Amino acid sequence: MSTIHLNGAPAPLAAGTTVADLVAAVTGRAILPTGQPADGRRLGVAVARNADIVPRSRWSQTAVETDDDVEIVTAVQGG
Amino acid sequence: MTQALTDKLSQADPFTVAGVALGSRLIMGTGGAPSLDGLGAALVASGTELTTVAMRRYATGGGPGAGTNLFELLLENNIRVLPNTAGCFTAREAVMTAELAREALETDWVKLEVIADEHTLLPDAVELVDATEQLVNRGFKVFAYTNDDPVVALRLEQLGAAAVMPLGAPIGTGLGILNPHNIELIVSRASVPVVLDAGIGTASDAALAMELGCDAVLLATAVTRAQDPVRMAEAFKHAVIGGRLASRAGRIPKRAHALASSAMEGRPDL
Repeated sequence: MSTIHLNGAPAPLAAGTTVADLVAAVTGRAILPTGQPADGRRLGVAVARNADIVPRSRWSQTAVETDDDVEIVTAVQGG
Repeated sequence: MTQALTDKLSQADPFTVAGVALGSRLIMGTGGAPSLDGLGAALVASGTELTTVAMRRYATGGGPGAGTNLFELLLENNIRVLPNTAGCFTAREAVMTAELAREALETDWVKLEVIADEHTLLPDAVELVDATEQLVNRGFKVFAYTNDDPVVALRLEQLGAAAVMPLGAPIGTGLGILNPHNIELIVSRASVPVVLDAGIGTASDAALAMELGCDAVLLATAVTRAQDPVRMAEAFKHAVIGGRLASRAGRIPKRAHALASSAMEGRPDL
């Protein structure tokens, strides 16, 4: 099975996985095709794939490929 | 001070930055708080309407990036979020972090922090100037965290920063305002808001910043690591209001010799 780097760690990649699938898996929230969470709340998450930002509107159309470097970030406590 | 009075004061004298009027001149950071509950209580006690966050990897199993609770906490309390670029050492990293924050939090406001090294956490002026220019060109409202250097502060303003934020002392030191003369100089030449950022230890430091003419104060550690963060947050709320009022009231000049406030005329012969 092929793998990707997800937030700095190796992760298995199933065929046909999109960025939206990864966001849903990491956050535990269902993601609509618009990139908004299905629960109607704010998600507060951004994604960079191979150092390029993937806008949320394109998450569900963006396929993840073998050896991709995917960073999923959010707001945490800080200065 | 009663809530009604503080509300009245803030309405009469809002803090306007990047075209938005805020009712509080205290910008809070969220770093260093041991729990989200305690942090929420401190933020509410401080009266802040603008609060910084950092951008980090979404952590699934606990740790600083677990869940998006912090973002939701701020939304619930009607506190505007100011993402920072903490931990960035280069303009390239800072621009990328700001773009991620804009995408994640749907705000074009950013506290730009480009530090030189982890030991001093002091801003790297060269990278800071570069990043400010790039971010302004990309449509960001840049709140530039900078040294207490009047030359760099003016340069950042000329590049289009929405606010300049000179440090009082290095981040987390609580040493107060080490060079009040430079802060006054920065204020006297600035046309954008000046926010005293970093180094604040206790309430009198924040009051001094306002008395020196700063438009607002940004602090985190002084509250989050205080023994009683909620009480300290309230202390800062009053200190900022007090300092602001004093600054606008016009203090008396300092004198070398005493000046009686009671008239000698009419004194009884005893």
